[in-house]
Amino acid sequence: MSGSVGREGVQDERPGIDATPGSSGGRTGRGRRRGRRRGGGDRSMVPEATFTSYYGRPIVKPSPWEADIPAYLFAGGLAAGSSLIAAGADLTNRPTLRRSGRLGAIAALTFSMVALVHDLGRPARFVNMLRVAKLTSPMSVGTWILSFYGPFAAAAAATELVAMLPARHRVGPLRLAPYVDRPAGVVAALFAPPVAAYTAVLLADTATPSWHAAYKELPFVFVGSAAAASAGLGLVTSPLSETGPVRRLALGGAVLELVMEHRMEHSMGIAAEPLHQGQAGRLMRAAKVLTLAGAAASLLAGRSRTVAAVSGAALLAGSACTRFGVFEAGQASARDPRYTVVPQRERLERGEPVRSDRAPGA
Amino acid sequence: MAGKRSLFGPVDPAADAGYDEDHPTRKGFFTDTSICIGCKACEVACKEWNDVPSDHFEMLGSSYDNSFSLNANQWRHVAFIEQPKRLGEQESGLRRQAVEGAVALGMPGLGAPPDVLKAEVRLPESGEDDAVDRPDFRWLMSSDVCKHCTHAACLDVCPTGSLFRSEFGTVVVQDDICNGCGYCVPACPYGVIERRKGPKGAKNVGIAQKCTLCYDRLDAGTTPACAQACPTQSIQFGDVEELRERANARVETLHEAGIMDARLYGNDPDDGVGGAGAFFLLLDEPEVYGFPPDPVVTTKDLPDMFRKAGLAAVTLLAGAAISFLGKRG
Repeated sequence: MSGSVGREGVQDERPGIDATPGSSGGRTGRGRRRGRRRGGGDRSMVPEATFTSYYGRPIVKPSPWEADIPAYLFAGGLAAGSSLIAAGADLTNRPTLRRSGRLGAIAALTFSMVALVHDLGRPARFVNMLRVAKLTSPMSVGTWILSFYGPFAAAAAATELVAMLPARHRVGPLRLAPYVDRPAGVVAALFAPPVAAYTAVLLADTATPSWHAAYKELPFVFVGSAAAASAGLGLVTSPLSETGPVRRLALGGAVLELVMEHRMEHSMGIAAEPLHQGQAGRLMRAAKVLTLAGAAASLLAGRSRTVAAVSGAALLAGSACTRFGVFEAGQASARDPRYTVVPQRERLERGEPVRSDRAPGA
Repeated sequence: MAGKRSLFGPVDPAADAGYDEDHPTRKGFFTDTSICIGCKACEVACKEWNDVPSDHFEMLGSSYDNSFSLNANQWRHVAFIEQPKRLGEQESGLRRQAVEGAVALGMPGLGAPPDVLKAEVRLPESGEDDAVDRPDFRWLMSSDVCKHCTHAACLDVCPTGSLFRSEFGTVVVQDDICNGCGYCVPACPYGVIERRKGPKGAKNVGIAQKCTLCYDRLDAGTTPACAQACPTQSIQFGDVEELRERANARVETLHEAGIMDARLYGNDPDDGVGGAGAFFLLLDEPEVYGFPPDPVVTTKDLPDMFRKAGLAAVTLLAGAAISFLGKRG
């Protein structure tokens, strides 16, 4: 017989159900199973909080994503920023910057697509992403943003390639290129900011402690990082006569990233710890040093092509380190039950469990 | 249909998903861990019925738990916790039998008269302190399962529509739709769903897998395999509303019996996930069993996340525009 309960009530009641174990009462001491803490070397911003867990095992699961995803976060930001720069360069007549922006965008976007598909458990089913449009799924929203952005970024890049062809090869539909050129570039630039920003929501809309706790500032960190990286690419590829705007963008992006990252760490509570520990800590420290150095060098990048290239390279590397660092910190926070249990337990002990405030009578 | 409680707050999940008024009542589990004996029949029955491959089995040195956690290949997981705490009074049923006289079980050789049996199970006289004979030790056992949340983060974030809300209010993966993006895995606040990594040759490798509350069995009007196999009714299946009442009654009974440790977990429709379809009676804090103490569906904050991202996107656009508006050079 089953132990099923239906509208008609209990079926097959057995004595087992009346057993009353553990009646000695009282609360269990909290000391039995503490989460294991890694000793030595790791900096902790908050005093050690004791907590209970099940054999120190993780509660939430880390994402199954590998290096593909942080690489995509970086490349997607680079593509978006590059499309913005290309459109600005086009409208202000800076041809080299325009070309490097458009070609950089499509290269980064192509890399992104390959990385995203490669990371799927069933890559052949990639198109299933387009079955539905779901606002509750940042990944669905992102897929659709990329689906709108991609063709325009590709068209803008294609016009650059057509322009490189000898005139006698520009035949048939290729003759339309000069008409497509600017509109495609401008539309791509308008879709670009969501491409750069949504990836922060992609990470934050999870139960991964160090991603979710960062949701207020992470979009600003990521767009700052995207601006710095794409401006860095412009600095590397374009002559000094054209890089005025990207020097300003580089500085602005780097400052936005560093300031918002700092604020983020202070609003995350203990979920900020993984940003300072282990692999993620090394990446975040490298990101800060590289971004700061790149931003400082960008101030002098108007005088020397070499300084500009060094500044650009540092900003690109700094942006990549930020993405990998944030990604790794999240993964680490999911593997340690401390970051799931402690904030929730503290909430409960303050008498502030998360509960819906139902209207009276509802 | 999307309403103002679609992301957070108490709601009938099937109705919220768009099923008609006449959809079946919401089904779920009430797992009463106070009577779990750790037999793992649920784990086995689940694997048998759902063709869940066996791996992950190791000698883990964590009491009798060798199946580690809920994961793609473990849709029921029995936790074993050994605590230095007195078990206390246990109504095993044997006691009552002894008092009322032995029951002939029809076993060959059971010829002993009732008084001999009574002598073997010596009962303490009233007032006699028998505490000295009992060790400070208790075993907590609990069969964990997918919570089938009212607000299921895995379902919310699934970009393909593979995860869907069934007419029974449960959350189910469509194996033929899932493309293995893995987004549901970090989204689940309980760490239940996982992308199947192996073993080689198993079906649905690369696809997100978890308990379906035996959707196929519900369709046929039968009980999920784990509840069917549970020998103590620790796992009870039924209408969620009714199970909630039953759980309240049970916790009251235990409190009356002096077991003040007993508490319900996941039964409150006002909690962070809108109430779980599969909820529990526990004898210690949730985290002792590997549960998050106060889980919240991540999509509760999603509107705010999109607002922040929108603001960031505008910042980027404006920043790029301003950079190009400056003087030439």
